[in-house]
Amino acid sequence: MLLPVLFGVSLVSFSLLHLVPGDPATLMAGEDANPEFIEAIRKEYGLDQPLYLQYFRFLSHVIRGDFGISIRNREPVIKLLKERFLFTVQLSFISILIAGFIGLIAGIISSTKQYSLFDHLSMVGALFGISMPIFWFGLLLMLVFSVYLRWFPAGGKGTILHLILPAIALGASGSAVIARMTRASMLEVIRQDYIRTARANGLREFIVIYKHALKNAMIPVVTVFGLEFGYMLGGAVLTETVFSLPGVGRLMVDGIFQRDYPIVQGSMLLVATTFVLVNLLTDIAYAFFDPKIRYE
Amino acid sequence: MNEKGILKTGQIAEVWRRLRRNRAAIVGGVIVLLFVFIAIFAPWLSPYPPNEGELTKRLKPPCREHLLGTDPLGRDLLSRVIYGARISLQVQIISVSIALVVGTLLGMIGGYYGGRLDNLIMRLMDILLAFPGIFLAISIIAVLGPGLTNLMLAAGIYSIPQFARIVRGSVISLKEKEFIEAARAVGEGDIDILFRYLLPNSMAPIIVQTTLRMATVLLTASGLSFLGLGVQPPTAEWGAMLSNARAYLITAPHVATVLGLAIMLVVMGFNLFGDGLRDSLDPRLRE
Repeated sequence: MLLPVLFGVSLVSFSLLHLVPGDPATLMAGEDANPEFIEAIRKEYGLDQPLYLQYFRFLSHVIRGDFGISIRNREPVIKLLKERFLFTVQLSFISILIAGFIGLIAGIISSTKQYSLFDHLSMVGALFGISMPIFWFGLLLMLVFSVYLRWFPAGGKGTILHLILPAIALGASGSAVIARMTRASMLEVIRQDYIRTARANGLREFIVIYKHALKNAMIPVVTVFGLEFGYMLGGAVLTETVFSLPGVGRLMVDGIFQRDYPIVQGSMLLVATTFVLVNLLTDIAYAFFDPKIRYE
Repeated sequence: MNEKGILKTGQIAEVWRRLRRNRAAIVGGVIVLLFVFIAIFAPWLSPYPPNEGELTKRLKPPCREHLLGTDPLGRDLLSRVIYGARISLQVQIISVSIALVVGTLLGMIGGYYGGRLDNLIMRLMDILLAFPGIFLAISIIAVLGPGLTNLMLAAGIYSIPQFARIVRGSVISLKEKEFIEAARAVGEGDIDILFRYLLPNSMAPIIVQTTLRMATVLLTASGLSFLGLGVQPPTAEWGAMLSNARAYLITAPHVATVLGLAIMLVVMGFNLFGDGLRDSLDPRLRE
């Protein structure tokens, strides 16, 4: 499963330069480059060779961590990508921590107090979470907490404080999805016979919920964590734009505007590959939480 | 349901009865209807032309003349928000239609024929899904280039895998049923079985997915326009306008606030209505 998808992802990223209208060498050299330079680029990147050879060349370079040279600032793409990508991963990681914390707590309390005021409020909150545009929520946070209250910096990077607002903006929809999923899953588990048995045996409610119910209810929630982390890697571009942060998404969008295709290619490949690997890790975690899967 | 399992008049009445009792779904439905009404009648409803402004009236706060105030070019914000509904609805309808038609066809073919063809289609979908969320739409824009038409294509392609997966799942569970066997026994061809038996029976999840996708597509499309990859100024599009509103967030925060609220309300409307439809069409699907 993993290899065909990664193969496909590499093929899609490779095709980018050939799907865009125009001669790839001219695209890479820049529209106003002189013909000698265009020819030099064609030779350097093997663009005069058959497509399948070009693809293998691309693949062998990528595997060695060579994503080519940025057209605009003539620096190795990997160098530009590395820093930006690590930043996006860091931002997404803080977001998933926040989303997980809020989502799990809201979901668990909602399920144990179904139809209570807390349940209704947190589900309305979740509806707002999935319906709000990330970029708008980011702007509102910035307006309230940076401009009016001056609690956090309005943009840029440096300290952990710089990451809090962007991470909350990015994590809002994730926390909503996690809260809904946790609630639904807990409600299903709580109705099972073994929970009734645990209660009948006189176990304290706290132990029943947090030891017996939660572990089983977590199984579907784990998948959501993995998916949401991946969506955050992709959605980070919006937060990065609002808060002027140097992430990989912003690098890619700038690459699109500047027609810097090696940058775009590299970003696509890196983010998609990471997402595929995150999904693999999620599946492994799934097996850890659900022993039935290990035995099958 | 009749022997083919297709929704009949009595059943539609039953679904409507269940939907009517679902208050959240009604709220969602009203928001959606209002949004569609505003989009259709924008020229009659908006007090000013959306792209004409007076520079002497720049960034005015809400007042009697301009209920939502004006933007930095002195254009009436209410008129631009109203016209923005038009663009949003257009993008939603076209993008979701692309995904609906292509995704449903791929899902039906994969699910019905199975084997290598199914494997190929599903691996293709997996490759699309390997690009997380809006990142897929951005990657498609990278190939097609920015602009309204490409935005609709990108948001459409972005939603194909969801339809393909849902329809495939439904077709696989239906194709071994007796009524399909019966259809085959009386000599119905593949095309007939696919379109006259399997498709009508997969309608419930398709309708739900279509409604929920209208919400996702609006978020994605406005996000792309916010990044500058979608609809270009001066067209009144909510995401693009929000991107401009950033420049005067401190002096005129109402502009960004109103635009974001518009997007959120419409997305919420489709989400509420979609969830309600799902519960009404098949109460077993209820969480």
